[in-house]
Amino acid sequence: MDFLNALVALSNFVIIPSIAYGSQLALGALGVTLIYGILRFSNFAHGDTMAFGAMLAVLITWLLQSMGVSFGPLPTALLALPFAILGTMALVLITDRVVYRFYREQKAKPVILVIVSMGVMFIMNGLVRFIIGPNDQRFADGERFIISVREFKALTGLKEGLAIKTTQGITVVVAVVCVALLFWFLNRTRTGKSMRAYSDNEDLALLSGINPERVVMYTWLIVAALATTAGVLYGLDKSFKPFVYFQLLLPIFASAIVGGLGSPLGAIAGGFVIAFSEVTITYAWKKVLKYMLPESLEPSSLVQLLSTDYKFAVSFVILIVVLLFKPTGLFKGKSV
Amino acid sequence: MSETTKNTALFGLVFGLIILTGFMQSWNVALFILNMGLISAIMSLGVNLQWGFAGLFNVGVMGFVALGGLAVVLTSAAPVEGAWSAGGWRIVIALLAGAGTIVGTVMVRQRMAKGRARNIATIVILVVGFVLYRGILDPGVNAVEAINPALQGNLGGLNLPVLLAWPMGGLLAAGVAWLIGKTALGLRSDYLAIATLGIAEIIIAVMKNEDWLARGVKNMVGLERPVPYEIDLQNSSAFINRTEGLGMDVATASSLFVKLNYSVLFAIVLVIIFVMAQLALKSPWGRMMRAIRDNEVAAEAMGKDVTNRHLQIFVLGSAVCGIAGAMMTTLDGQLTPGTYQPLRYTFLIWVMVIVGGSGNNLGAVLGGFLIWFLWVQVEPMGLWLMEVITSGMAEDSGLRKHLIDSAAHMRLLTMGVILLLVLRFSPRGLIPEK
Repeated sequence: MDFLNALVALSNFVIIPSIAYGSQLALGALGVTLIYGILRFSNFAHGDTMAFGAMLAVLITWLLQSMGVSFGPLPTALLALPFAILGTMALVLITDRVVYRFYREQKAKPVILVIVSMGVMFIMNGLVRFIIGPNDQRFADGERFIISVREFKALTGLKEGLAIKTTQGITVVVAVVCVALLFWFLNRTRTGKSMRAYSDNEDLALLSGINPERVVMYTWLIVAALATTAGVLYGLDKSFKPFVYFQLLLPIFASAIVGGLGSPLGAIAGGFVIAFSEVTITYAWKKVLKYMLPESLEPSSLVQLLSTDYKFAVSFVILIVVLLFKPTGLFKGKSV
Repeated sequence: MSETTKNTALFGLVFGLIILTGFMQSWNVALFILNMGLISAIMSLGVNLQWGFAGLFNVGVMGFVALGGLAVVLTSAAPVEGAWSAGGWRIVIALLAGAGTIVGTVMVRQRMAKGRARNIATIVILVVGFVLYRGILDPGVNAVEAINPALQGNLGGLNLPVLLAWPMGGLLAAGVAWLIGKTALGLRSDYLAIATLGIAEIIIAVMKNEDWLARGVKNMVGLERPVPYEIDLQNSSAFINRTEGLGMDVATASSLFVKLNYSVLFAIVLVIIFVMAQLALKSPWGRMMRAIRDNEVAAEAMGKDVTNRHLQIFVLGSAVCGIAGAMMTTLDGQLTPGTYQPLRYTFLIWVMVIVGGSGNNLGAVLGGFLIWFLWVQVEPMGLWLMEVITSGMAEDSGLRKHLIDSAAHMRLLTMGVILLLVLRFSPRGLIPEK
């Protein structure tokens, strides 16, 4: 029984939150890694693209709610998601046309593109704050829990409860669908294959008649969809706050680099590595250890390795360790 | 138009704008812009050293600025009575144990042959070291933080004159930059950018959470000043006589006098750092740096030690940012770790350097003043613009209210637009590198 209780406590506080958070990071990191693979720069504006997409979803959700539309037990935001994706696609395509294309034609150095993306970051950040303001917005509705602590306790008779939030379930399902679609697209369709070819070897791809502008356009479309989805899922799970999305940039970059920049599979693995380490290292293990250890050894402190405010430090330390020992990441990425 | 006239005109324009602010708004605002402009110019000189001279992509400026602020507390604050005997030494010993663990791990990894034995040894040392570190640290921290928590609860400083804190800020930032450079400088530019971005967040996280250091988010207020207090001036008969001779209000005059004192101090520091940067740029060392920036491989082939030179300039640039950070905290009179945000303290400084002209010290200084002026003034300008745009709308229109309320967020948008315009149409900045 004690073992089961420990397992349930562990799932409730570590495993389930990490899986949800890891899926969100993985979707974000996929966007970063695709841009790096095709356009060959680190996009600092990615966090704010996510914020913009999520903001559109929030606004459309409010509109739908005011019209009385709802999605039954599921959050209305899922209905708003496709429209938000379209809006974000328009934004990134305009940005590409007005800003990035000029530097692509100039064959500017990647670091110049990074600085350009800093400018785009300022603009998107300002735009989001201008439209919706810098404050917290909650837009999740529908059922709160798939299974709540009380139901679980009544069901199993265990002392520890297990809760699965609807948003956590949705996050995982949506992420799996997105990743499956993405991999199908990259591996099976002609455009997807030309994207991979372009990412592998630009000159060879151009020689074989691949239109680079088309590849770039599809990349931005996919990135917009991934970023919006990641942003909406994160916002549903926690809450929507523009500044938080900007701060997500660090764990997202860490995930992409740990997995190997330019490798989609790596981005997913990296997302989960970062999420699990952040949560395990900042979790207070007392509750789990209480069940696992004999009474005499019961810990008196919280057994928390680091306080939760240091979660950025965790992703960063993993990043540095990976960069020092395996510079191309877990899955062989680019090292241009 | 010769270069000198163009540069003079540009600087004349910026100072003209500041003086105009004095006439149109108030001299207090104008001097506030001037003081923070001086500090911004120093920060942007620091970034220019790293990016303009050596091509190092450091987006962790915020961290070094914050370290400068921390140095002010550690240097000039009065020591908290009993804190050192209660737990201060314990904390120092714990930190030494933590550092020892890391050094030990590195040594083990260097000495032992690759293989399972080495991995096990690494893990054992790290785990034992961590447990030891927390075991020593936690009681010490609790003891220090228990001392008068509402007002103190920290170790306090050395009680030295606050002007000494400025070089101390530089030293502290330089020390941390050396540690960071040792680990992260081998990375290529994108990775270095992300690494420094992360380090800055970590420095802020430490300053927010380690209350024993400088009270964390409980803030340190009432830090010592190198200039007289307004209230003392208002009570001094000599000062009152002089202001009445000038026909000014005593309260306004005292606050202007204090700000002017700061301006003079900051201007002296700016001139010293500017002259040093200029000499460095023109020296063989500066030429070597630019050679490394333009072609690392060629420079290496000429026998230049690229990694060490990078480390050198990374430390120097960070030290300059640290000095500026210390000056800023002195000007504010308080250390508030919660207010450090990367957009304001890292990316805005980058906009200053790029807009001013990377690689040119004069450009960096100009960018510092100009962008800081805009950062402050875009808000009232945006508000005015919104009022003009919405003047045709109904008084109670929701859109009108929203637009006017959101005018404050115009500044980020404006900064982005300025950065992109400069990058597009004048990529080398207003005063380009020679």
